[in-house]
Amino acid sequence: MTILVLAEHDNTALSETTARTLACAGQIGASIHILVAGKDCGAVAEEAATLSGVEKILLADDPLYQHALAEPLAELILVLAPSYDAILAPATANGKNVLPRVAAKRDVPQISDIVAVETPEIFLRPIYAGNALQRVEAKGFQKIITVRASAFKPVAKANAAAPIESILPARDPRLSVFQNEVLSQSERPELTAARIVVSGGRGVGSKENFALIERIADRLGAGVGASRAAVDAGFVPNDYQVGQTGKIVAPELYIAVGISGAIQHLAGMKDSKLVVAINKDENAPIFAIADYGVVGDLFEVLPEFERALDNAGKPA
Amino acid sequence: MKVLVPVKRVIDFNVAIRVKADGSGVERTNVKMSINPFDEIAVEEAVRLREAGIASEVIAISIGPRECTETLRTALAMGADRGLLILAEQDIEPLTVAKVLKAVVAEETPQLVILGKQAIDDDCNQTGQMLAALLDWPQGTFASKVDIKNGRISVTREVDGGLQTVDLKLPAIVTTDLRLNEPRYASLPNIMKARKKPIAEKTLADYGIDATPRLKILDVREPSKRRTGERLGTAADLVGKLRQAGVI
Ligand SMILES: Cc1cc2nc3c(=O)[nH]c(=O)nc-3n(C[C@H](O)[C@H](O)[C@H](O)COP(=O)(O)OP(=O)(O)OC[C@H]3O[C@@H](n4cnc5c(N)ncnc54)[C@H](O)[C@@H]3O)c2cc1C
Repeated sequence: MTILVLAEHDNTALSETTARTLACAGQIGASIHILVAGKDCGAVAEEAATLSGVEKILLADDPLYQHALAEPLAELILVLAPSYDAILAPATANGKNVLPRVAAKRDVPQISDIVAVETPEIFLRPIYAGNALQRVEAKGFQKIITVRASAFKPVAKANAAAPIESILPARDPRLSVFQNEVLSQSERPELTAARIVVSGGRGVGSKENFALIERIADRLGAGVGASRAAVDAGFVPNDYQVGQTGKIVAPELYIAVGISGAIQHLAGMKDSKLVVAINKDENAPIFAIADYGVVGDLFEVLPEFERALDNAGKPA
Repeated sequence: MKVLVPVKRVIDFNVAIRVKADGSGVERTNVKMSINPFDEIAVEEAVRLREAGIASEVIAISIGPRECTETLRTALAMGADRGLLILAEQDIEPLTVAKVLKAVVAEETPQLVILGKQAIDDDCNQTGQMLAALLDWPQGTFASKVDIKNGRISVTREVDGGLQTVDLKLPAIVTTDLRLNEPRYASLPNIMKARKKPIAEKTLADYGIDATPRLKILDVREPSKRRTGERLGTAADLVGKLRQAGVI
């Protein structure tokens, strides 16, 4: 099987979701190429070339691909598509945006957000916000798949770098124009790659109070997440949202503060290794999936938690 | 300009999902069904465009069993002008839905189709993008803001790093994210009025589209349950446990 994996990147660095998608691809077939499409993204291609299990990098370096607009990017993938048995992308905003467009043009169904590969033709995917798992078989047609990156461990670095082949841009369909973007600036680890995530919900109460969450996060080197209610209330930007319709995370430690635990939120974090809940309502559903729960007012528990971290850090 | 809004009937987002013991799917009998929340946002946006004088007519369309009439009535009560029910007894894949919608677009010639970004049952997040591809139209997915001027539409999209705004040529496809708007509650008079609004009826066969699924669903399983955890008295206990577990 020959597989094309679409790289996720920001023209400067490769996202870890690519290495995770590659791990998934490795379970489907052995001959894997990565497509790096972007502008001035040579460094990304070089980084991708060092990932284990990659045969070759295809580099489409052109202004057309700077913002990963779905219309031109789909055209590019469609030029390459006939040579592959499977096309994979991480189920990121970019992957979800472009891949169904490719699938429709290829006249094949897309298999969305897979979390396991049972055989090269049988996949597991969550439905109903992760309350059920569907086992699907894709036989007799090209496999077009988005991958839930958090469900796969990233592949390691290879000993030798794979070759990089430059390819020409495809036709510009001239349907869409990039206007602008407002990206959250943060020194913190990216939510989907963070080893620890601290998330705040409506209970945090305000944008100002969110500093409490951020302080704990920085103390732990964690990423910061939020519930939909916290985002809707304007405490934090939209890209902090964890859940069925936000980001899916599976860190080693997830700390939910002032979050009730609606199924739509659980959908985005219940595969975390260890879950901690801090909530003043002892009946909050979040406690049903938490490994450790502290019932209490977050405005008392968080400062206490911070002090305890400081004390624990001191030599006896 | 006409706006087309496809609406899907799904298990209400508040219902606790139960997987059937025989693995054939999830329990749907005697379960509350509602309009897919993202589609409700799509209807709201379309109705607002008509109220703003930008859209001339809002057409809601649903593909599925006869009960989808209720879903269409919800859209009509919110302000859609008329409905189209396309009867289909079997479950149909997003690509098939997109093909049917393409045929409807050819009949109705809308300038804009607004869809929910995903349905909360199969969580596929595909149909809008697929329809855009089949029509060779631009797509503004995961929209949290739209602005229509001079034959173009500017769409602000929720992306992984924040927000991205794209400018698209009409006709176009928009898929909605949660923060695009807050859907209205239909008032009683509007619910009454909706009963008189027309709903046309067709079948999949009228469009000559083969709806046989190509992905085979082998079974549906219960996800593994997390074990029940431990309540701790103080934050200091918590730090102790986390150190013990080696995560901090
Ligand atoms: C289609 C759809 C998609 C959705 N997608 C998502 C999604 O992706 N992600 C998501 O998160 N939600 C999503 N939701 C929303 C979800 O249903 C819930 O409404 C949301 O998760 C609630 O957020 P919350 O827990 O912060 O707020 P609430 O449910 O209001 O809970 C607040 C919690 O804070 C606690 N609290 C209050 N004050 C304190 C205090 N001082 N100390 C300690 N605890 C306190 C309360 O006891 C309560 O448990 C979606 C909903 C729909 C319909």
